[in-house]
Order: sequence, then structure tokens, then C-alpha cells
Amino acid sequence: MSDRILAATRKGLFTIERTGKGKSGWSITKTSFLAEHVIMTLPDRRDGSWYASLYHGHFGSKLHRTTDKGETWQEIAVPAYPRQPEGEVQKDMWGRVIEWKLDRIWALEAGGVNESGVLWCGTLPGGLFRSSDHGTTWNLVESLWNDPRRQEWMGGGADLPGIHSVCVDPRDARHVTIGISCGGVWVTHDGGASWDCRGEGIWSAYTPPDQKQNPNVQDVHRVVQCPAHPDALWAQHHNGIFRTTDGSATWQDVSNLKSLSPTSFGFAVAVHPTDSNTAWFVPGVKDEHRLPPDGKVVVARTRDGGQTFDILRNGLPQDHAYDLTYRHGLDIDGSGNRLTFGSTTGSIWVTEDQGDSWQAISEHLPPIYCVRFAD
Amino acid sequence: MPRVVFTENIQRHVPCPPTEAHGVTVREVLDAVFTSNERARGYVLDEHGAVRKHMVIFIDGTMIRDRITLADSVVPSSEIYVMQALSGG
Repeated sequence: MSDRILAATRKGLFTIERTGKGKSGWSITKTSFLAEHVIMTLPDRRDGSWYASLYHGHFGSKLHRTTDKGETWQEIAVPAYPRQPEGEVQKDMWGRVIEWKLDRIWALEAGGVNESGVLWCGTLPGGLFRSSDHGTTWNLVESLWNDPRRQEWMGGGADLPGIHSVCVDPRDARHVTIGISCGGVWVTHDGGASWDCRGEGIWSAYTPPDQKQNPNVQDVHRVVQCPAHPDALWAQHHNGIFRTTDGSATWQDVSNLKSLSPTSFGFAVAVHPTDSNTAWFVPGVKDEHRLPPDGKVVVARTRDGGQTFDILRNGLPQDHAYDLTYRHGLDIDGSGNRLTFGSTTGSIWVTEDQGDSWQAISEHLPPIYCVRFAD
Repeated sequence: MPRVVFTENIQRHVPCPPTEAHGVTVREVLDAVFTSNERARGYVLDEHGAVRKHMVIFIDGTMIRDRITLADSVVPSSEIYVMQALSGG
């Protein structure tokens, strides 16, 4: 059971703890990087360190690390792209030039339990980086970056393509699954030496018909993996919700269910740590609207692998609420009972009963990009 | 020696006091400054040494032309201002 939440926002990183005080029992206890654009955070359970990625409008992307729960932070290296071969111009699927430069960090994950110091970092414009020394140095995963299929990727919600999800298999840390907007789901079984684009069954409505089932153009908004059953993954996709139980070889569309009404659009997904049939989503009206359906914030939960969904709203605003939850804005703790999600309008909620009831921790934070339970 | 002055807003991230450094181009002068303040380099320049998209550099009141190689000339009396562009928000 985690008693601490990190919330990365447009104006800083907030530490929230279960103090037992106030209506929710959770309180903001620390503010780091106030006024800065913190777009990603990672609490590394292997050694207790936390990471925060800052996106300065002028000064570029930066990474910071703390080993004392945010009392002090040290700036560490950011991933750096190699210089592009002379005279070479790369373009995305739409013909827009892709520069070999770090735009921003969009995913930050710990390596395997026994890989102390190993970190994975997904970025815009689509490079995946690996560190083996707690982020002191970074190496571009060249096998993926140099794969010609990478140049089919395109921006989804951003001008540039980006890697937003990195799932490291608890059984074998060389097995890594990543999600790209827009580039589908890619898998390595050899620590990144080689990659396959997987996604049979995933389809898109935003491409010409002959591209509908091209796995390499799929806009998976977020991919999560069940820690206890790593072959089971869930994807919130631009066109719905998909699930795999065979390590992403094949995916099933569970979007067109009446119980999922009113919408299967959204960005965030969380899966129960031991029950791969149980997952949560934060719906929004697709896709040009991106608002809660009918101005009511709800969470969709399935307990049967996507055959049926419960729409959860107890404790969530049901009147003129326009909170949107981004792809990293939902998290679940190790017990599987506590979840938290944050919104673009600065609200953050927590549940301690798997979503049956929610409490607002704050409704006045800056826009929230990422929430994560921490030890 | 040319004198380099950094925007006040960079100071809360990395101290960059006004500094004099040798060089006949912006590149040479900034390299000399960043050699003794390596962390500041990444706040002004990208990983390939070009001026960041939302940063600007002036020499004696004139914006530099070459943001990639920083080949604009300076003289010993030059003042180089490293500023934020309003485009960066």
C-alpha cells in the first residue's frame, strides 16, 4: 500500500502523502520546482530515488534526481541525439522534417528489479534511450532509431512522434514493450538489440482504409502491463480500448460495448497489479472535443477482461466538470486498491477501494501531467 | 576580451555571472565560458551546439545571424548578451 503520490504539473512537482488530515486524508506535503514545467516523474522503487523531467520553454529538457525524497535535487544528464549524417533529411509520415534533437522526455521507467541503475527513457521525436548508471549517461537505442520503419511514425497530439510507454517484463528485463504516438506497439526480447512492431487487431479510423490495420501507424495513447501476468497488456488507443493476453502478438478490441457507454476515447489506463482482467480508464469525448462526457468526470472499470465495464462516479464532479486526464495522469499502487488520477484543470482524486468511491485531494493544482504512487 | 552577459532568468537554474573570455567568434567565446561552467552549455545550446530554438544571442545590440555554428565575429570590446526569445513563452 503506497502512502505517497507524486504529481508532476505545469507549475511544479507536488508530493502528496496520506496524513489522515482533511476530507480526503491526503495532503500536499512538499513542492519542488515551483513554477517549472514538470512533465514526467519516476519514483524508482529499487533504490528509493525519484526522478523529475523538466521542460523549460527556453532552456530545453532537463532531468533531476533526488535520493532524499525531494529534500535536495541534483541535475543529471539528459538523453542526447547523435549528429545526423551529413546531407540526410528525415521526414515523418506526413512529410515533416524530423530533426535529431531532444524535444522532450515523455516516458521514464526503471529497468529490471536486478538491474540497479538501469533506466529507460522515451522521447520526442521518437528516440528510446537507456541508462545503466542512474541517468548519469544515456545511450540511444540505435537498433530502433535506425530501423527504417521508424520514419513512418508521426505525431499524435504533438507535432513529433513520441515514445510514451515503456513496459519492462518482471520475468525478464530484456523483454521490453513500448508504445508510440503514433507508431504502435514495439517489442524487444533481447534488451533492445532487435525490435518487432506488434499490433494485429489494432485499427485506426484516422488513416486511409489501406492503412487502417498497419501496426506502425497506430496511435496507442498509453500501454500498461500487468506485473503478475506480463503477457497481458492494455492499450488506450485513439480509437478505443484494446487488450492482449499473448504479449501483444494479437489484440482484441473491447471498445464497442454498451457498458462502456458513453465513450471509449481517452488517454490513460491502469491495470491491477495481480489481476490482469481488471483495468481502469478515464473516458473523454472523442476526439476533437476531449472533454468529460456531459461534463461529468467518470472512471470506467472492467473486472472481466473488457467484457463489461462499470462507470464509476461516486465522489467525482458531475456538474459542468471539464477535467481531461492525460496519458500519464492515472496510476495504481502495488496493492491494487488505491488509484489516483489528475486532470488538466488541476484536480486530483484518490480511491482506496478500487474506484468505488473517490475523494478529491485538491481541485486547485496546476494542470497535471503525471501522477505516480511512491514509497 | 569580449564580455558575456546572461539573461537573469537562467540564474535560478544555473549561475551564469557576467564573464570575460577570449575569442574572435561567438562560438570561441562561449566555448571558453562553458569550459568553466559546463552545466550552462545545455541551457543555451542544444546537443549539437546550435542555439536553442527559443534563445537569442546579441553582439553589441545586433542579433547573431548564424545560430548553427555561431561563426559571427566579435572584437575585444564586444558585449554578448544571451537572452530568452519571447517565442519560448
